[in-house]
Amino acid sequence: MFLNQFLLLAAVLFAIGVYGVLTRRNGVMVLMSIELILNAVNINLIAFGTHLSDPTGQAFALFVIAVAAAEVGVGLAIVLMLYRSRRSIDIDSVDQLKG
Amino acid sequence: MSVFAATEVLVAQNIAFGIIAIAIVVAAVRVVTTNNVVHAALWLVVVLGGIAAQYILLAAEFTAIVQVLVYIGAIVVLFLFGIMLTRARLGGENMVNKKMRPAAMVIAVAMFGLMAYSLWDFFGDTELEVMGRSTAELGQTTAQVSDSLFLTYLVPFEVVSVLLLAALTGAIVLARRD
Repeated sequence: MFLNQFLLLAAVLFAIGVYGVLTRRNGVMVLMSIELILNAVNINLIAFGTHLSDPTGQAFALFVIAVAAAEVGVGLAIVLMLYRSRRSIDIDSVDQLKG
Repeated sequence: MSVFAATEVLVAQNIAFGIIAIAIVVAAVRVVTTNNVVHAALWLVVVLGGIAAQYILLAAEFTAIVQVLVYIGAIVVLFLFGIMLTRARLGGENMVNKKMRPAAMVIAVAMFGLMAYSLWDFFGDTELEVMGRSTAELGQTTAQVSDSLFLTYLVPFEVVSVLLLAALTGAIVLARRD
């Protein structure tokens, strides 16, 4: 196996996640695309951890997973608030700060 | 004979990698393109499960289990609850920002091209030497990970637990009805 095959898989996932974040209008779907991006990063961390024979890669992947869980919790709470106040979770319509 | 056996296993690993990678990419594309929110969440399960399988291929079994427990067990369920509570309209044209689509495609392809070029340039055909080495030699056993976590990274670990507590409290305060 090559190191590159894992890194390229992660790059594909990252690009798909970025596409999702940019095109989706549903707040929940944007959070799902962010999960794709975070997972791409985790694949890189684990691949390098194995390549360099260092457990630091796995330790950092676990930190990323914990932070992702916190991010989803708060993100979904914000989307829920948005739905309560506007009856819609279309994030393109949230532009009050645009000036 | 042992060399022959090793190459055979290597081929098997590569085939497993290929199948899982294709499944992951197809499912990820469906996550960002499907019009049904619930289907997107279920495709996300395929992506996350495939990534857990890749962790097994990389000899990182502890993280694979954590991935299944936390992502598939908790985060996807959280997403499904979010979908349910916001009662998002299923399907419909308003799911995707049509205007942004070409620009987003260009940005995604450009990012992938840049990353692929630099990865190819820098790592070329660097071999990932998993074969013939035990998990302990690779530094990936659960004991080694826990040593790293509780000795080297003890302070970040405690900070993460405080962060989780803060996020939990924040989510409750935000979502509470009053």
